[in-house]
Amino acid sequence: MDLSLATRSVGDRTVVVVGGEIDVYTAPKLREQLIDLVSAGNYHIVVDMENVEFLDSTGLGVLVGGLKRVRAHDGSLRLVCTQERILKIFRITGLTKVFPIHGSVDEAVAATD
Amino acid sequence: MTVSFTPLPAHVRTARFIAASVGRRAGLAESALDEIRLAVSEACSLAVGFHLAHAPTSPVELRLIDEGQTFSVQVADSVNRPAPDRTLDLALDLAEADLFGQERIGLAVISGLVDDVTVEYSDVGSVVTMTWPIG
Repeated sequence: MDLSLATRSVGDRTVVVVGGEIDVYTAPKLREQLIDLVSAGNYHIVVDMENVEFLDSTGLGVLVGGLKRVRAHDGSLRLVCTQERILKIFRITGLTKVFPIHGSVDEAVAATD
Repeated sequence: MTVSFTPLPAHVRTARFIAASVGRRAGLAESALDEIRLAVSEACSLAVGFHLAHAPTSPVELRLIDEGQTFSVQVADSVNRPAPDRTLDLALDLAEADLFGQERIGLAVISGLVDDVTVEYSDVGSVVTMTWPIG
């Protein structure tokens, strides 16, 4: 399955719903989406990864890039993910300490720093 | 089984699909197949990246070896380069790593996933060998 991306606003948060596979082929689409959102002034982003079927370090690099961009504007980038096979790569790379990872979009949207 | 593919990012997905399919037929558990998908994706992404930069017309090779008790996957590229410094950790900047930084990240992920990993560098390129027990 290719990558699917959809965005919606919840208050001052922008939720990006990602589905499919994030790898070296599809990651540039996600990078572009995050850059576009930040360029348009969306600095509080929630990435819903519940429908992501695959993620490798190329995708992680894009998420880290997004985090750096929003932080440059005092923003936030939160992840929603409960899938063990996706969480595994965050643990292996130590990124569970870098990203706030939530169990639901509602929880991520309500969270504050 | 050996598969040679042109070094294009789109083919990385195909490579992990083939590796997981052959691994399933060899009798690997579903959890090991998830590891294979990720490890093959990391190794093939690196090989494709190095080939696109230095050997765009040479194919990347994926070798799947069922030895009864073990299942091995080899990803071979043909880009001669020095072995990376593996003593560094993932404090690397994931967002802006160059090819060599990505290699260290990719190999660190593979090492975190797979217990039995070797990486050999020679004048003809590198071979990443990852082995899983069957059963």
